[in-house]
Amino acid sequence: MSNIYFNPKESESIHILREVAAQFERPVLLFSGGKDSITLVRLAQKAFYPARIPFPLLHIDTGHNFPETIQFRDELVKELGLELIVRNVQDSIDQGKVREEKGRYASRNTLQTTTLLDAIEEFKFDACIGGARRDEEKARAKERVFSVRDDFGQWDEKNQRPELFDMLNGRIDQGQNVRVFPISNWTELDVWEYIKTENINIPSIYFAHKREVFFRDGLIWTANEHVYREPHEEVKEKMVRFRTVGDMTCTAAVLSEADTLDTVVEEIRQSTLSERGARIDDKRSEAAMEKRKKVGYF
Amino acid sequence: MENRKLIKIATAGSVDDGKSTLIGRLLYDTGSLTTDKLEAIEKTSRQRGFDYLDFSLATDGLVAEREQGITIDVAHIYFNTDKTNFIVADTPGHVEYTRNMVTGASTSQVAIILIDARKGVIEQTYRHFFISNLLRLSHVVVAINKMDLVGYDEDVFLKIKADFDALVEKSNFQTEQITFIPISALKGENIAKKSAEMPWYVGNTLLDHLEVLEPEDLQEQAYARFPVQYVIRPKTDAFHDFRGFSGKLYGGNLQVGDQVTILPSFTESKIKSIQLFDQELEVAVPGASVTITLEDEVDISRGDMIVKSSELPSSEKSITATICQVNHKPLKIGQKYTLQHGVNRVLAKVESIQSKIQTDFSGEESTEALKLNDIGKVSFKLSKAIHFDPYQVNRSNGSFILIDEGTHDTVSVGFIEARD
Repeated sequence: MSNIYFNPKESESIHILREVAAQFERPVLLFSGGKDSITLVRLAQKAFYPARIPFPLLHIDTGHNFPETIQFRDELVKELGLELIVRNVQDSIDQGKVREEKGRYASRNTLQTTTLLDAIEEFKFDACIGGARRDEEKARAKERVFSVRDDFGQWDEKNQRPELFDMLNGRIDQGQNVRVFPISNWTELDVWEYIKTENINIPSIYFAHKREVFFRDGLIWTANEHVYREPHEEVKEKMVRFRTVGDMTCTAAVLSEADTLDTVVEEIRQSTLSERGARIDDKRSEAAMEKRKKVGYF
Repeated sequence: MENRKLIKIATAGSVDDGKSTLIGRLLYDTGSLTTDKLEAIEKTSRQRGFDYLDFSLATDGLVAEREQGITIDVAHIYFNTDKTNFIVADTPGHVEYTRNMVTGASTSQVAIILIDARKGVIEQTYRHFFISNLLRLSHVVVAINKMDLVGYDEDVFLKIKADFDALVEKSNFQTEQITFIPISALKGENIAKKSAEMPWYVGNTLLDHLEVLEPEDLQEQAYARFPVQYVIRPKTDAFHDFRGFSGKLYGGNLQVGDQVTILPSFTESKIKSIQLFDQELEVAVPGASVTITLEDEVDISRGDMIVKSSELPSSEKSITATICQVNHKPLKIGQKYTLQHGVNRVLAKVESIQSKIQTDFSGEESTEALKLNDIGKVSFKLSKAIHFDPYQVNRSNGSFILIDEGTHDTVSVGFIEARD
């Protein structure tokens, strides 16, 4: 029997997850297979143990994910007996709701928003739990823990509910939904240290491995049929790992030898590059994230 | 997270007194500003024709903020040192100042109040200190900034300190809860390294000072309050009869074997176990989210509260509280709201507004309504009793929010007063 265990950030996140289960009728946890949503799953396990996690997971699959992530997702769901809902960006494209981007920077990242909003409508989700953190990006630093979206999924950044003490107000009108961010106050290092302390499994792409890549604009891109590449852009095999896991078309790799949790944590500690520095989608403009968030992106 | 302590800070200051610069400087000096973010700041600073790094670009995250060069909303900023995790609630200086500072300060233990050395104690300073006092923050750092613009003159520092001390006398603060530090955020003097320009200052740098604060010292010594957030009933084969009560503990500790009373039913039982995930704990400490099981079958649902039988809170259907209005819709006599006290919700009706309080410590006046940013004393009648402590004794169990029945917005925050 351990005497005392207390981690203030973990405790706050568990409190938030329990508020979601108590205040909403149809919550869902948005799961990408990345380290943040994996951490959310562990926190949800802790919040409701020994009962099961009382909401399903939703994965908006761009079709351009790293195969390792999809494999990891399916194993996790099976191991923990979770319910997983998958909705595909490809379907939104086939239905003519969104158009595939073309050319050098083509990505399905932005297209996810439409698929997500459709899924929210289809299942009448009133709370969508996400792994966004305020330290990731400056528009996210302004985000509330309970963030109300209108029935178009829009975020009104100038008219947010104040959040006082740890009282969370999840009251909404029909059609609205709340985006919930239980690890708002965690930093990237917090997440990595937590994964290490808790010994949580993560997809293999987070660890250094040999991969076919090419260099463009100072970033390392995955060489793959989904990623547009000019004939002169030469493919090389390099030892790399990923700090953030999104769509292959918008996630750049970093050169690394870190192949264990210990070395990964140490690398993050020493790093002088921000996590989103390797997110190609954020480089589109200074307000790229804010613009996507306004229309319903996570 | 390796046992690093967590210190939560709210910053307060008026426009152009260098708040964003200070935060940027703290990030920079602790190595928390990554190369790519620093490059972005350098680039934009150059584009704007500045000959210095505009650190406010690190914190003003919204397009509208960058357009106007002002901070609109509270941002949360994080930085770590080897020993400590810091969360800074960066609250805007002028737009809707009272509500924003109350919001930022509600989650903080420490306030940094910035004063421009050239301007000294101004009306805004009164307001910021009034709010620190109202929220009973444990500690205030008065950072006297822009010392470089007054020739690092000790007399300027002493004059401002004396003016501020006069303010402290009107408040509930003890002098040892307040620390004065002369700084230059722009030049990095006394932020992370001792300033050679101000040899007359013998105290700690700002960062050293924040590091020596201990979270335990910043916590109130209050009775244990465990509001039940969620009832856990797995109904699985392995845990068929399990009934756990989940929540976050406020105030003191709870231990296995403690004799407890469940409110509002006043039923008594004993704590059988305290759990977090698959760990069995002996003690739950303040702030811990745990699951409690009891020796007896007791009817408990969300909003109920578990307390030690020897330490009962007040249970009342009418309360008086200091209110800060955080929404454009004014609070008026006769109006009904949903009152959320912790995780518990009851209906509340405004019985009377006793006064509006001046945030410059100049007194109170009578009023019919409390408008956005107003602070006043209000009496409420409740549909059901709530189980509270006065705010001055237990911040979490002595505060509440009011929710508008029509818009669902959070319109006010309240600090419950002790019964007369």
